[in-house]
Amino acid sequence: MGAQLRQLRRQIRSVKSTAKITRAQELIATSRIVKAQENVRASRPYADQITRALSALISHRVGIGHPLLKEQPEDRRSAVLIITSDRGFAGGYNANVLREAESLVARLREQGREPIPYVIGNKGITWYRFRGREMAEQWSGFSDRPDFPSAERIGRRLAEDFLKTDEEGGVGEIHVVYTEFVSMLTQQVQVRRLLPLEVVEEAADEVLPTYDFEPSAEAALDLLLPNYIESRIFHMLLQSAASEHASRRRAMKSATDNANELIGLYSRQANQARQAEITQEISEIVGGANALAESSAGSD
Amino acid sequence: MATLKVGLVSPEREIWSGEAKQVVAQTIEGQLGILAGHAPVLGVLLDGSVVKIQPADGGDEVVAMVGSGFFSVADNEVAILAEQAELAGEIDVEAARLQLEQALAGDGDGMNDVSVTRRRAEARLRAAGHES
Repeated sequence: MGAQLRQLRRQIRSVKSTAKITRAQELIATSRIVKAQENVRASRPYADQITRALSALISHRVGIGHPLLKEQPEDRRSAVLIITSDRGFAGGYNANVLREAESLVARLREQGREPIPYVIGNKGITWYRFRGREMAEQWSGFSDRPDFPSAERIGRRLAEDFLKTDEEGGVGEIHVVYTEFVSMLTQQVQVRRLLPLEVVEEAADEVLPTYDFEPSAEAALDLLLPNYIESRIFHMLLQSAASEHASRRRAMKSATDNANELIGLYSRQANQARQAEITQEISEIVGGANALAESSAGSD
Repeated sequence: MATLKVGLVSPEREIWSGEAKQVVAQTIEGQLGILAGHAPVLGVLLDGSVVKIQPADGGDEVVAMVGSGFFSVADNEVAILAEQAELAGEIDVEAARLQLEQALAGDGDGMNDVSVTRRRAEARLRAAGHES
């Protein structure tokens, strides 16, 4: 067998096994998107209710000076929470998040603030570590299926740091960079300010009832605000997870398509090489037979 | 008779929803029974307590353990939101016992106060029908 043919066959084999892997990854990601979307849906009743309760609370008692609602202009440090994935193979997912985070960091620096990164997901952590940058905190191990206790842990740490002053290692505001799942085909990197909370005045199409508070409005706000922050973070984690799977599915699909295309190209080349080999063999045999016939005719 | 529309939700999913005759929840100041026509209330749940719901169709009482959360009542709708919520049937009694022992020995779960861990474990056992 010709050297060229052998080499082509080897390439076909290797591309085929790559295609098998990417195809499997694609299928896994597809099934996980469905799961992730279900999780997003399942978390919605809680998120809606807590938002409603919070706006009721705040619209009733305008001006409750809760520390989590207060601007802290004297603190120059800003936390940047970056949500990336634990694993790669997800196309531009992590690169997009990190690029957006970089531009946010640059923007904060321009405003004279000091950005402090808090990173979620192995990919982001390695990215920061490789560049030798300090992180205030890092979390990993749950990016593809976030659970609420993780969100709770993150939320508590952030709220705690928010309440500290600069000198104690605290921060004056908290931004989050995450990926919103718009549809199967579109995921958008979002930058949001988490703290201090901006209470968006809902359009007053719904008259909120006059609540009594048990035991008091202050106690209710003390509990609601941290829980609301944790619920927001949980929502962002879920959105990011769904986006991660969607983006992995797309990346793996195009990888599989490319592999199949390569297999087709190599197969054609291999066939050509095989045919050329056969043609050559035949012409060698024919040439040999002719030479033999000529020489035997000459000896007669 | 008027009924209450009740939803018991945790951040991860809706635990129970349906029509109910009565809901009993515990705040820091004590138990609160809610019937149809109750005035609007927003109350803080005692972290580590038991919520009881009597379904309107006369079925068995729904008992659940709740952690950090609150409930709101308005227009015959009751929403109970808790970061930790488990129905009696879903509670792992053995795990809860272990948790309680650890809490009594002074070990928290690393995130909450020992007293909170203890109350939650006790509430789990109470909800599951095992007095601690």
